[in-house]
Amino acid sequence: MNIHEYQGKALFKANGVKVLDGVHCTSVDEALSAYDSLNSKVVAVKSQIHAGGRGKGNLYCPNTGDLLMEGGVKIAFSRDDVETYATNILGHILVTKQTGEEGKIVNHLYVESGCDIAHEYYLALLVDREKKSVLIMASTEGGMDIEEVAEETPELLHKVNVDPNAGLMGYQIRDLGLALGLSGAAHKSFGKMLRSLYALFVKEDCAMVEINPLVRTGGDEMVALDAKVSFDENAEFRHKDWDEIRDLSEEEDVEIRAKETGLSYVKLDGNIGCLVNGAGLAMATMDVIKLYGGEPANFLDVGGGANEEQVKTAFSIILEDPNVKGILVNIFGGIMRCDIIARGVIAATEALDLNVPLVVRLAGTNVDEGKAILAASTLNIHPADDLAEGAQKIVQLIGGEI
Amino acid sequence: MGIWIEENAKVLVQGITGKQGMFHADKMVEYGTNIVGGCTPGKGGQTVELQGKPYPVWNSMFEAIEATDADATVIYVPPPFAGEAIMEAADAFDQVKGEGVVVCITEGIPTLDMVKAVAFVENRPGVRLIGPNCPGIITPGDGGGAKIGIMPGHIHAKGRIGIVSKSGTLTYEAVAQTMSIGEGQSTCVGIGGDPVNGTGFIDCLAAFEADSQTEAIVMIGEIGGNAEQEAAAWAKENVTKPIVGFVAGATAPPGKRMGHAGAIISGGKGTAEEKFEAFEAAGIACAKDPSELGAVLLEALKKAGLRNE
Repeated sequence: MNIHEYQGKALFKANGVKVLDGVHCTSVDEALSAYDSLNSKVVAVKSQIHAGGRGKGNLYCPNTGDLLMEGGVKIAFSRDDVETYATNILGHILVTKQTGEEGKIVNHLYVESGCDIAHEYYLALLVDREKKSVLIMASTEGGMDIEEVAEETPELLHKVNVDPNAGLMGYQIRDLGLALGLSGAAHKSFGKMLRSLYALFVKEDCAMVEINPLVRTGGDEMVALDAKVSFDENAEFRHKDWDEIRDLSEEEDVEIRAKETGLSYVKLDGNIGCLVNGAGLAMATMDVIKLYGGEPANFLDVGGGANEEQVKTAFSIILEDPNVKGILVNIFGGIMRCDIIARGVIAATEALDLNVPLVVRLAGTNVDEGKAILAASTLNIHPADDLAEGAQKIVQLIGGEI
Repeated sequence: MGIWIEENAKVLVQGITGKQGMFHADKMVEYGTNIVGGCTPGKGGQTVELQGKPYPVWNSMFEAIEATDADATVIYVPPPFAGEAIMEAADAFDQVKGEGVVVCITEGIPTLDMVKAVAFVENRPGVRLIGPNCPGIITPGDGGGAKIGIMPGHIHAKGRIGIVSKSGTLTYEAVAQTMSIGEGQSTCVGIGGDPVNGTGFIDCLAAFEADSQTEAIVMIGEIGGNAEQEAAAWAKENVTKPIVGFVAGATAPPGKRMGHAGAIISGGKGTAEEKFEAFEAAGIACAKDPSELGAVLLEALKKAGLRNE
């Protein structure tokens, strides 16, 4: 789960990580009063969306598609600048290299004081799957694309893994500070900040915290100029407050509804809907559809113990996508019995008046009963014995070529 | 033989009085697994009925292992308590007998809980953790065997193919593929789809290589991370038995979590393409479609002189 920069900074501030003064705004008027209250000669006007590359993105009018402004993060030198930038940003579409061509509507702005920057650094905390611990990465090359730094000058990217038994140690903080070339007050400020940040990472169950750039001010203070924070969804049960900061407009409505019924759904661009049990098999089903010349319309995992109602919901979610021209059901019954799935499929197709071709592949527990139920139905359901056959059939049925 | 779990291994069930725990414990007994009881704090002294017979429940894993000399435990505890259940089991196995296998089925455990639990288990070298978020491990036997997890037992048969996979149902698919060419399995291990887990691909490959019953290996990966690439490179140097592979997620878009917490392509890394390339570079025969795993395996067995026809 991602949160906005302004929310991340509020979290930083509450946990002892230094940020600049700033105000979250949702209208041009609010942006102007934020400018008045900040009392800073220069302010940054920053688009708030859950995607990176905002500074180099472009803003477009959602109605006409006209380019309104280059750059989703602007430095304003006057009240008039703030008005112009806020007007160009709010309610408009920001396209960055991470949003895809369709971009994202900007509903939130952050107006932030200026600051005297001596140097920009990069700092990130994340879970290292290989070393099975929290990894801290820092670099003197702040403000840059960190993947490029890792690729081209890996010696400038410093890494520290935190031993889960010992926690973050003083020497690790000191060494990292020295590797960044910090000394004196700046080194001390960095240590305090990193200690707070690690504590926040653990306490808030973060999946990632990235600060790019982290800056050293003229006064040798370390300040987080950006805040990219994401949480581990599995830990939601112990963070009731996440509901309040979750921006649902940033998430696909249908994906949220699927999650509420215990389904895992991701919309894709193709035209063959898939309904599968198990995440690995669901991915494999998409892959095989593509292998035989089709394009999957979605990823959908009904889970290990889906009931008739969930199968029905799954069908209705798949059919909401107007691109869907056919559906492939692929179930390997383990705990889930094929006869139950077969009944669910029939009930769903009847209730939803299904009018696109449907191929059903069943295997595993009670497969013969399941197949018999499908065969006895008068509905137009095409059976398949294995995944390859199922994929080939559905591709042919929607008029594709194998 | 088979790896880590012998056919007659003594198995405990953590969370045995819960709905999931009891349902699967019953299925395990039905398959022939040597279940010796279970653990649910606060319910010690009670019994649960599995396949018409009573099984004892203990309050703690220490008591349960001391009383039964169990070899393994399987965890069906809800996510908020599963990390601690792993650590309790590991601690008890370590202190009571110095070894044990902990299989965690639970899906949805917070990643930082797993970081802590995995470090805890790694400090107890005699203890092996399999999972979490996995189907478990099964060593089919002659009439029955040890099924420790949620996989459908009846699709398996004792044989010489070792299977390791991150995914559940895709593992069943691989099992069915071995059966389609008349091959059974030595042991099937589901290592789970979470970003931080216990036993990994390399542990399994090393154990299969050392196991006299296993003659060939099926390895099923998925997008995210680089465990498959590392395992392939390791296998090239260390595994003499034929390996066939598949990687799920070639069509997955970057940045989207595909069901499993670990199945996400981040920063252009962890793609299926990279993984297939790593497999091929290591001489692992790949199927691009899981329905072809049987055919690819048959070819690999013939090439290795393990099948004639």
